[in-house]
Formats: sequence, C-alpha cells, structure tokens
Amino acid sequence: MEIGLIVLATMLAALLGWLLRQSFNTQPWVAGAAAEADHQAPFNARPKLVALTTFLAVATSFFALILSAYSLRMELGDWVPMTEPSILWTNTVVLILASVVFQWTRNHAVNGNVARIKPGLLLTGALTTAFLAGQWLAWQELNASGQYITVNPSNAFFFLLTGVHGLHILGGMYVWGRATVRTFGGQEMDAVKHSVELCTIYWHFLLLVWLVLFGLMLST
Amino acid sequence: MGYVAIADRDHEVEHHDPQTFISKYVWSQDHKVIAIQYGCTAIFVGVIALVLSAMMRLQLGFPDTFSFINPENYYQIVTMHGMIMVIYLLTALFLGGFGNYLIPLMVGSRDMVFPYLNMLSYWVYLVSVIILLISFFVPGGSTGAGWTLYPPQAIAQGTPGVDWGILLMLASLGVFIVAFTMGGLNYVTTVLQARCRGMTLMRMPLSVWGIFIATILGLLAFPALLVSAIMMLFDKTLATSFFMPAISSMGVDPGHTGGSPILFQHLFWFFGHPEVYIVALPAFGIVSDLLSTHARKNIFGYRMMVWAIIAIGGLSFIVWAHHMYVSGMNPYFGFFFATTTLIIAVPTALKVYNWVLTLWEGNIHLRVPMLFAIGFVFTFIHGGLTGLFLGNVTIDLPLSDTYFVVAHFHMVMGVSPVLVVFGAIYHWWPKITGRMYNETLGKWHFWMTFLGTYSIYLPMHYLGFQGVPRRYFAMGNTDFMPASAQDLNAFITMAALFVAVTQVLFFLNVIISLRSGKKADPNPWDATTLEWQTPDTPPKHGNWGHDLPECHRWAYDYSVPGYKDDFIPQNVPASDEAPADRQHGVEEH
Ligand code: HEM
Ligand SMILES: [Cu+2]
Repeated sequence: MEIGLIVLATMLAALLGWLLRQSFNTQPWVAGAAAEADHQAPFNARPKLVALTTFLAVATSFFALILSAYSLRMELGDWVPMTEPSILWTNTVVLILASVVFQWTRNHAVNGNVARIKPGLLLTGALTTAFLAGQWLAWQELNASGQYITVNPSNAFFFLLTGVHGLHILGGMYVWGRATVRTFGGQEMDAVKHSVELCTIYWHFLLLVWLVLFGLMLST
Repeated sequence: MGYVAIADRDHEVEHHDPQTFISKYVWSQDHKVIAIQYGCTAIFVGVIALVLSAMMRLQLGFPDTFSFINPENYYQIVTMHGMIMVIYLLTALFLGGFGNYLIPLMVGSRDMVFPYLNMLSYWVYLVSVIILLISFFVPGGSTGAGWTLYPPQAIAQGTPGVDWGILLMLASLGVFIVAFTMGGLNYVTTVLQARCRGMTLMRMPLSVWGIFIATILGLLAFPALLVSAIMMLFDKTLATSFFMPAISSMGVDPGHTGGSPILFQHLFWFFGHPEVYIVALPAFGIVSDLLSTHARKNIFGYRMMVWAIIAIGGLSFIVWAHHMYVSGMNPYFGFFFATTTLIIAVPTALKVYNWVLTLWEGNIHLRVPMLFAIGFVFTFIHGGLTGLFLGNVTIDLPLSDTYFVVAHFHMVMGVSPVLVVFGAIYHWWPKITGRMYNETLGKWHFWMTFLGTYSIYLPMHYLGFQGVPRRYFAMGNTDFMPASAQDLNAFITMAALFVAVTQVLFFLNVIISLRSGKKADPNPWDATTLEWQTPDTPPKHGNWGHDLPECHRWAYDYSVPGYKDDFIPQNVPASDEAPADRQHGVEEH
C-alpha cells in the first residue's frame, strides 16, 4: 500500500499547501467589502481545467492503488515474471508520438493557427487508434502463445493494467471525437481551442501512466 | 491571471428556463431539482434498508419464530442492509442531496458549474440503485457476503448469492462510483470556481467546508473500492487469483492459486475508513451551522473548525488497518495504526468542544433542527468514545466481531449522521418547499427517534462485552452467554420496531406540510447564510433573480453587539451594518 499512500500524500500535501495560502492569516470574522476580498479569490474562471485536474487526481489515485496491489501481490510465492510481447515497444513509441503531435496541435491552436488544427487532430486520432490496436495485438499474441490471464498473477495484472489504461484512452478518444467533429463542423475556434488544450494534458497524463506501468511490468 | 469570477461572466452562461414538465422535473439540470431527486431516491432505498434491519431484529429477538427468515437470507439481509445504509443512503444523501442543494446556494452561484454532468450523475446513480434492487430477484438472490465483501467467501460456493448476487453488487458499486465521480467533480469545481464576489474560502459556511472536503476524500478513496471490485470481478468471472487462494469449496475447485484475501482487506479499508468521514464530515459541517443558527451565536473557533475538518480528512487515509487487527498483522503495524487512530481523535474532540462552547451561554431555541443537532452531539460523543476502545489493539482483539462493534459503528456512523439528516431536512425544509412543517410532530419524531435508538444500541454494548458475536443468525448452544442475553435481545428488537414505526411521523409531517403547510417565511430562522437571502422561496431556476449576491462577511454574524437584529446576513455590506458609532463594535467581538 506504500505506493498508494505516497501518491495520495503528495496530492493531499499539494492541496494543503494551496489551502494554507488561501486561509492563513485571514480573520474571517472581520467584515469587509466584497471587492476587498477579491485579491484572495483564486478563480480564473477555467472550470474545465479545474475539473480535469481533479479528475487526473482521481485517476492517479486509481492507478496508484492498482500498483500498490501489484507490489503486494508480487511478494507472494507464486509470482512468475512475465515476458512482455515486444510489440509493446512499438506501441510505446506510437503513444509518445501521439502526445507530441497533440502538443504541436495545441501550440498552433493557442497561437490561433487554425489551419493546423485539423490535420493535427486527425493525426493524433490515428496514432492513438494505432496504439489501441497495438495493445489488442499484444493481447492476441499472449493468448496465442498460451499466456492466458489465469496462468500467473503477473499475467492477470498485465491484462488488468493494459485494459484499464486502454479504457482511459477510449474515454479520451470520446472527447477527442467531439473536438474533431466540432472543428470540422466549423464551430467557434475558442471552444475547440480549449478542448484541444485539455485533451493534450490528458494525453500527456496517460502517456506518463503508461510509461510507469510499462517500466514496472518490464522490471518485474 | 485576472480575477473574473464565473459569476461576473453571466452573459456567457446560458440560463434558459426549462419550460415543459419533463425538462423541469425529470431531465432537470437545476441543482435543486437534482438534489431532491437524489434525496428522494436515497430515502427510498433507506426505507428498504430499515425494513431489512427490522427483519434482522425479528430473527435475533425471537429466534425460531419467523419462518421467512432462514440462515441464508439472514446473511443477505445483513449485507444489503449495511451496504445500502452506508453507500446508497448516506453517501448519496449527503453529497448528492445536500451537496447539490447547498453548495450553489451557499456560495452564491446560479447552479453547479456543469449542470449536464450533474444531471447525468443522478441518472447514473439511479441505474446503480436499480441494479442493486434487481439483485434481490435474481436466481440465488442478493449476495450474503457481508457489506465488507471479504474474499474468499464472497465468491466461494456456499455463500448466498454467489452466482448472480455478487456480480450485480460489484457492478452496482462500479456504476455508483462513476455517478459519484461525476457529481464530485462538479462539487469541487463549483466550490473552487463559482463562488460569488467576496466569498473567500474562509467565509464559506462550515456546511460547504464539510461537503467539500468529504467530496475530495470520496474522489480519492472510491478508486480503492473500484479497484477491489474490478479485481474481484476478474477473480469471479475469469478465475484469476488476485485475492483467491487455492481452495476447494463444497467439492468444487474453481482453479484459484495463491491469491491474497488480505490484499482485498487492505484495498477495501483504504476506501472503507475514509468512507466513514465521507459521511461524517458533511454531518459535522451541517451540525455546526445548525447549532450556530439556533443558538444565535457565532460558531466557536471557526478557523479551528475548518482546519479540524481538513486534518481529519487527511488523517483518515492512514488509519485503515484498525479494521484489520484480527487479520494476523505484524504487531508493530498494529501499533502504528492504533497511534494514528488515537491521533485522529484529537481534531475530532476539538470539534466536539467547539460545538459545546458554541452552545455555552447561547440564546438557544430548541426548535426541531436544533434538537436533532444536539442529539447528534450526544450520540457522536458516545460513539466516538467507544471508538477509542476499539482503536487499541489489545481491547479490539476480544471485542472484534461482537455486538460491541455493532453498537459502536451504529452510534457513530448510523444514528449520528441520520440525526443530522433529519435535522438538516427540518432546517432547510421551508427553503426547499416554501412551506412550514408541524413543529409538535417534529418534536415527537425527534424524541422517539433519539430515545428509541438509544434503547437499541446502549444494551448492545453490554451484549458485546458478554461476547455475543456479530453476523450470527442464531446463537445455538453457547455456554458463555447467560439466558438473560436473549431477553435483552428481545427488548432491543421491540425498541428497533418502535423506532422503525415512529419514522411514520416524519413522512406524515412531510405529507401534511406539502398539502396544507403554512407558507414559509423566506428566512424563518433569521439565518445569515446566502441561501436564506434568495429573492424567491423556494428559489427559482438560477437562484438569484437578476443580480448575483455579493458576500461581505463570514456566515456567523449572530448577536453582534449593538446591531439592531441578532443576525447580519452575509450579503449585507459592512457600511450598512449599523449607525456610525457601531464601527468599533465590529472590532471587539
Ligand atoms: C433503526 C435502525 C437500524 C437498526 C435496527 C439496525 C440493525 C442492524 C443489525 C441487527 C445489524 C446486523 C448485526 C449482525 O447480525 O451482525 C446491522 C448491521 C449493520 N448496520 Fe444497521 N441498523 C440500523 C441502521 C443503520 C444505519 C443508519 C447504518 C448506516 C451506517 C447501518 C449500518 C450497518 C452496517 C454497516 C452493518 C454491518 C453489516 C455487515 O455486518 O455486513 N445500520 N444493523
Ligand atoms: Cu475506521
């Protein structure tokens, strides 16, 4: 459980630090004009960014807890390290590329370079789909060689981790799909720009998660 | 980053009023309607759980009397009762119900930040409830694994509901967590982003603080339940061995090897303990506001109260293994968790002192909500003290899995939050419905519930000391229990049935009030918080009419010396507060 604890403690500490800044040295019982209190108000009216950050905290907690379970289960006697299918390396490169292209698209979107958004979105979509397909192939390969989910707990964790990671990506693809449809539907660029920004953060996050998962599975 | 509260960007937020009945009351995106939907659904399943508890009590009080209760369905009843009460009633009611209703109104916002997501949250919650209820009717019935769902027995042959019941339970929990996450993202974002001008964090009423921190706990802790549910689903359907050791149950070998049931316990309680505070923190916050309002005094030590909520929230993540003292853990491990458990008692006790000091020399109005709030202080102290017993390894070992534990957790997280739920409903009823309820009926409801539940749970402590085990359908031939234990059990059952029946008073009051209640004053308790200052009662869609409120002070300006009324609403500017000579009065208190 240490992994879960450490990750959670870090997130809580960040929250605590922020709250401290908000509330230290205030005297709530002193009345004052609304405007005087404004300097304390941290809002910059980007609710979607706040919601995404909060969601990333939830997802972090989720993955950290599975990893805690992984590390606890690993110590039991019947654990046999699994040989990861080599296609995972290709998949990793594809996912890194998807992240890079998304960042590129985002930078153009933020700079108002509208023409680059469409090809950028399509390319990330294609790369991400390729990643998912690659993961699927990895599953097939394992099953074909008799490395079923039940063979060993390390196999079970492999299927579990790749599965939930893939589901998170699918969720991201839904938002990506909406942004893409909007872009091609010729909607207002501001809204699209914002979704592209948020998607990029999410993609980087899932890349990071994947690198951690992959690294852990390789090393154990 | 300039300061542009969402509030000020009103024109960007669309507020077309819903027109048809369906968009107004069914597929509603208004936080107030969603709150009521959440509340009614939660109370509905809560009543089912109450009926289940009456059935358990009938069996325990009068064994061999009722043929419709047998050992199998007793386990199913225990399980469903516990799970419904903790998750589908209390969590949903405090966060989905009160969270939804109070957050936007108390922080001066027009709605939740993502109304559509909010609506979705309710409907997904409803789906989880429906899946849960379906499990009563599938072949083999609902699961009888206990609300803790410990493997291996949760998915081993011989446990009731092992075929379908457990699957539906796990599925329902998964769906519930999705619903909760959608709601939770909304509550957090609304508190952080949609407060009105002047509403700094440290001016928020404690109700909002409690709900806010509880939501954060939920968002971080529910994933642990989700992880354990998914892994158990794998073990059950794909025959993996995350949790399942090699066993052969009832002659069947399901093919598991080497899994760790203890791993499940860790994951479950990593969620399970914070869950206690997910229920308790909103209750703490609401009680603080009720006590302060009805005692006409500012809450004692507001900042301390906020920090205590935050500290309890943080600490609640490092005490989980106090539920596992009997699992054969390393003694040093047990020592660590006993210590953290006792440490968490410090901020909790602080809150209790502050409640009592708030009442000290207050101008106490013993209205119905106040009665419930004070009742909570009693039951909570009581349950908290027995918690100190159980937090110590050496005391817990003999008491674990006895009725002492049942008594403890019912006092601290059964009765106490339920008293707050009632207090809060009575308190905000006039705002929610625009009508008053019958005060006398409410007082009867309080006294019967309070005294009734005490007569249920006080004797249970004694049964626990005698060693009466928990989760037993019947005691059989046991030497260590005197025959009088059975008389006590019969008495407890009578008390439980009494309490169950007296809840009719509440529903009666609701019905009478809705049909013919007196029209409510917009601010019947002379309260300071923003929800009482809305232009309409009940508040209309968008809450504030044309202009958003501005906040000029904290929520606890009661009985400010020299001011003509004994309360100053949060939206009254400092300059309007009183004639010029009042200025120094402000500094004094
Ligand atoms: C008048 C109201 C209630 C009565 C009479 C009642 C009675 C009972 C009884 C008889 C048991 C079974 C004990 C056993 O056989 O070991 C039980 C278990 C339980 N109750 Fe209640 N209860 C009530 C309200 C609540 C509430 C409001 C909660 C909310 C937290 C709650 C949570 C639980 C839990 C978590 C269990 C444990 C289930 C298990 O062992 O798996 N109960 N209750
Ligand atoms: Cu606990």
